[in-house]
Amino acid sequence: MSNVMIGVDVGGTFTDVFVMDEKTGEARVAKVPTSRPDQSGGFLDGIGKQVSDLSTVAVVVHGTTAGTNALLERKGARIGVITTEGLRDVLEMRRRDRPHTWGLRGNFDPIVPRDLRLEVPERTLADGTIRTPVDLEAVKAAAQHLLDQGCLAVAILFANAYANPENETKAVEAVRAMWPNPHVSASSEILPEIREYERFSTTALNAYLQPEVSGYLNRLENALTKGGFDGEFMIVQSNGGVMAVDTACRLPVRTALSGPAAGVIAAGYIAQTAGYPDVITGDMGGTSFDVSLIAGGQSILSPQTSIDFGMVVRTPMIEITTIGAGGGSIAWVDKGGLLNIGPESAGSTPGPVAYGQGNTRPTVTDANVVLGRIDPDNPIGGKLDRLDVEAAGRAIDEHVGKPLGLSTLEAAEAILTVANSRMAGAIRLVSIERGFDPKKFAFMPFGGGGALHTGAMLDDVGLGRAIVPRYPGVTSAMGCVIADMRQDFVQTINAFVDQIDEEALAGYLQDHVDKGHAMLDAARSSFEAREVIVELDMAYLGQTHTVAVPVAVTIEGGKVTPPTRTEIAAAFDDAYRATYGRLLDKGVRRVMNLRTAVVGRRPKFDLETLAPEGGSIEASLKGSRKVHFASQWYDTAIYDRLSLPVGTVIDGPAILVQPDTTVLVDPGLRATVDKYGNTIITRTGDE
Amino acid sequence: MSDIDPITLAVLSGRMEQIADEMDATLFRAAFNPIIAEAHDASHGLYHATSGDTLVQGKSGLPIFVGVMSFAVKAVIDKAAAEGDLADGDIFIFNDAHIGGTHLSDMRLVRPYFRDGELFCYLASVGHWHDLGGAVPGNYNPAATDAFAEAFILPPVRLARAGVVNQDIIDILMRNTRLPQSAQGDLNGQLGALDLGVKRMDELLDEYGADTVKAALDALGGRAETLMRSELSELPDGRWEAVDYLDNDGITDEPLPIKVSLEIKGDRMVLDFDGTAPRCAGPVNIAYPTAVATAYVAIKHIFPALPANAGVMRPIDVKIPEGSLLSAEFPAPVGGYTETILRMIDVIFSAMAQAAPDIVVGNAYGTINALSIAGRRKNGQPWVMFSFYGGGHGGTPEGDGLNHGNAPISTATIPPMEILEAAYPVMFRQWALRPDSAGAGAQRGGLGAIYEIEVLEENGADAFLFGERGRFAPQGVAGGEASVTNHFSYEQDDGWHEPPMASKMRGIKLKQGQAVRLETPGGGGYGPAETRDPVKVARDVALGFLSPERATEFYGTAWKEVKA
Repeated sequence: MSNVMIGVDVGGTFTDVFVMDEKTGEARVAKVPTSRPDQSGGFLDGIGKQVSDLSTVAVVVHGTTAGTNALLERKGARIGVITTEGLRDVLEMRRRDRPHTWGLRGNFDPIVPRDLRLEVPERTLADGTIRTPVDLEAVKAAAQHLLDQGCLAVAILFANAYANPENETKAVEAVRAMWPNPHVSASSEILPEIREYERFSTTALNAYLQPEVSGYLNRLENALTKGGFDGEFMIVQSNGGVMAVDTACRLPVRTALSGPAAGVIAAGYIAQTAGYPDVITGDMGGTSFDVSLIAGGQSILSPQTSIDFGMVVRTPMIEITTIGAGGGSIAWVDKGGLLNIGPESAGSTPGPVAYGQGNTRPTVTDANVVLGRIDPDNPIGGKLDRLDVEAAGRAIDEHVGKPLGLSTLEAAEAILTVANSRMAGAIRLVSIERGFDPKKFAFMPFGGGGALHTGAMLDDVGLGRAIVPRYPGVTSAMGCVIADMRQDFVQTINAFVDQIDEEALAGYLQDHVDKGHAMLDAARSSFEAREVIVELDMAYLGQTHTVAVPVAVTIEGGKVTPPTRTEIAAAFDDAYRATYGRLLDKGVRRVMNLRTAVVGRRPKFDLETLAPEGGSIEASLKGSRKVHFASQWYDTAIYDRLSLPVGTVIDGPAILVQPDTTVLVDPGLRATVDKYGNTIITRTGDE
Repeated sequence: MSDIDPITLAVLSGRMEQIADEMDATLFRAAFNPIIAEAHDASHGLYHATSGDTLVQGKSGLPIFVGVMSFAVKAVIDKAAAEGDLADGDIFIFNDAHIGGTHLSDMRLVRPYFRDGELFCYLASVGHWHDLGGAVPGNYNPAATDAFAEAFILPPVRLARAGVVNQDIIDILMRNTRLPQSAQGDLNGQLGALDLGVKRMDELLDEYGADTVKAALDALGGRAETLMRSELSELPDGRWEAVDYLDNDGITDEPLPIKVSLEIKGDRMVLDFDGTAPRCAGPVNIAYPTAVATAYVAIKHIFPALPANAGVMRPIDVKIPEGSLLSAEFPAPVGGYTETILRMIDVIFSAMAQAAPDIVVGNAYGTINALSIAGRRKNGQPWVMFSFYGGGHGGTPEGDGLNHGNAPISTATIPPMEILEAAYPVMFRQWALRPDSAGAGAQRGGLGAIYEIEVLEENGADAFLFGERGRFAPQGVAGGEASVTNHFSYEQDDGWHEPPMASKMRGIKLKQGQAVRLETPGGGGYGPAETRDPVKVARDVALGFLSPERATEFYGTAWKEVKA
């Protein structure tokens, strides 16, 4: 019987596996080192730790950083570009920006060098009129030249192809006919949306990733099949939905933020189930703290992101804000006598001073070690026998204590205070930018280190409570199992509402829905429900900033009835009022883009199956150690977190440990185990 | 220095920076006009209660505002002192550039912040409004010979008195803009940002107490000063000069020198602009506050880690000669201030490069090239396409300069070509990097750009250009070469023409199918060209960034012997 679902998240350091047996309700997790350079080794190892017979597995869902890493490390394929005459440099010119506001330093190296960006005669105008038909002989000659130059993939990037793809489509057909592999990306297929730089960049990055990512995914799929796997293999996209592996091979650019997105999906589901639909997640890793906001159970999507300076990917992505304050961030005192944290980081190699791998400058983790908050005898990750507390203390003394005239402990507290303040700042800013009051949200730490800083987040931001998921270290892997199947479509419309071509709109919408449903039909998963979400990017004439306007559509027997002009205008007014407070008199409403998402809701597993059975507080008590809070040492009880029974109430100071996470309960806080095995942290006075 | 503990200081420093950041975010989200919402042409901060000095400023705002806003606050302090009736809940508003710096498009709101009945500090908000009347929509009038031709002028007045808004002021403002809806939206956003600032300051003072926060503000000023002094004392003592030129003032075609002498002695520095051209007739004058703020922008580019705090300027004496175009008095036109301050930054870089070549970069392209193309559609509807264009950045000690960047005084991006083509009857024949435009050097400058824009409208169009660097190319530093000049041309029935006055032109008549062509400068080079790695030269030739002729002229022939 195949009824096992597996989620696999490959991160920089660890590969996490979450295994869920739908029938028995049993959940298991595994954590193995990520294998490099080929991540498929660790992937299969991790699964092998928990599942011996792959034929029992129905679904494997993968959150991958293969795409992200290839982009960040510039390890994609050698590719070429065929583009409109006069525009070969668009990719290199970007939107006339610079890497840093101050300093005028830094450069940009495009992923396609200029000699592999070739121009052909062709031109479409903004209204879709073809001014110059495409010269197909020139296209073929260009493609041949790129092949001769050793290009493995090609991107075809024509001006205004969003308005009329005819020239581009003809060129693509000609190239596909002669290109020896499937790696031909066309801008009107990848992103039929106005803004040439964003479209060209997204399309070129897709081509850049295709050989690499599809090779990797095919290797994984083959290995799974060889192991007897006969289920469905799916990949998490940056939008938090999953897609079939063949779609991922065609559109690898959609995996750019695959792993982190899965974590946020899981966080949202766990929090909503536990009764907290408004939650701010904080994922603390070695070099960064990633914040994401979920309101009313919905994570927020941003339309695009920059993977690095000038590397713009425009596909819907779960919005994640990153600041450089992770466990490995280095604390230092500047020439003006101010204590700073980061942005420089010791990362995981060499890592904090306490790891004894060569770093001598103190990090946030070192401060936690010196204050007794991390157990020096059971280091996470298992590479070392014992953390070097003394070395961590010396480094803190040398680099922070002495320059500021503080004792070692004071200096360690100072490092945490400043780091916490920066993390809290990120949470406040993310909320404000989205128009939310952070005080109404719960905080959900995940990743290895986040749960050490919960109390500080409650204090600094004024959040009411925190919810620590049962397995914070494998949240992304769990998210893989939870995520719905989703496909996003976009089409630029660029018309005034009272002049919109309703027939054309209906055509685009029908096309999106047909393609989306076809993808769901092709999947072997069963879906609890299907959903079509339609939004229009709209603005008043003269405004370039658009508002996302949700519109209702009805679908009967597969046929879509699009919104009328009147409905569109009314929907815009509602959305605009909600965003800006008031409407503009006599403002002319314009529709810029149509966005459609087709979602197949996958059955969710019952989180209660994760809850502990039986157990007692007494049996979970592992001992105690001295932990420093504020200005004194406290004898602090240490509990084995996973064996604490449902309903447990523990007042701080206390430490709850599990193999990959330490949950710190500060004095004045109370930890309660809810019926799903989550730990809810509140102030003792707040009952 | 006060006795605040270092931990509280570090936390408060971050908290106050964040208050300014949150004010930025509030306005960006609420502003109607894209110049604020997308290009972030705005800024917020906290300012000293009696001196108006910048204490903290948001990170997202435009660089030039960091220094200029303290003048706006100081103007309000002086007015309140003269009138003697400052109250909690007062809000002042003005755009007068001769008092507050930059240009008339920037609307400044200043609000005193009171704690327990006493003035604690000021909060301020500045944002670039879309239109404020004047002769030209958008207020960029190259032919202005006084400020009245540029925009409606509002001196510092009370928009609110003790919390009660004076609607009369708003009515006057809204009657003096072509885009009242946009202006109202921006005003509401700025008021919202100030409200948020007050709320956040209340929370901060509740938590830490007014004395502690005040002590932190003093300490941060002292710290900024210490940082600057420490940077200056690492530089050699001496006096260095640099001079560069504006092409003309748009009225008379004569070059205007901008000159600086930079003197370092111990931990102090003097920037003296003696020798700069006197006030001119056209709009390349700037007001005194703008000139001082520009010195700050240049210094912060040279020392990017310095905080946005007035303490940085304490060890620096900026001398702006009276009667020069750097301290033009009311009502001299200042609408073209961007060109002048870019040249000020260039000469500061060039002078500093002689003192410490390791900490500066070659001059950037040095002109914003405000180009507008306007006309009427067949149905009579008027259209105006207005944009600034990019160019190359200077070579740096670490590597080649950035191709096609934005100006050092701004962080604004350029609209996509397709957005422009969709909005206006034009087609870009070319949107490309400009070969042979980089200044040669061990590390060459970044490349400038070529934009060739054809008019598609049957009725034709008129073109206007306000640029610079048409006669004097951006300079290299540390032995690097200058790049090339800005070049503008336009098509007529008998072929291509160039404007009679370099880099500025009004009312060029274009027919359907005719085009204008803008070729912008690259950045100046860094270090002697003869020391450039021949492989890099060969690569630039192979990529078409550099012609073989120019390669040989600047780099010799070694590149021909190596593989790119």
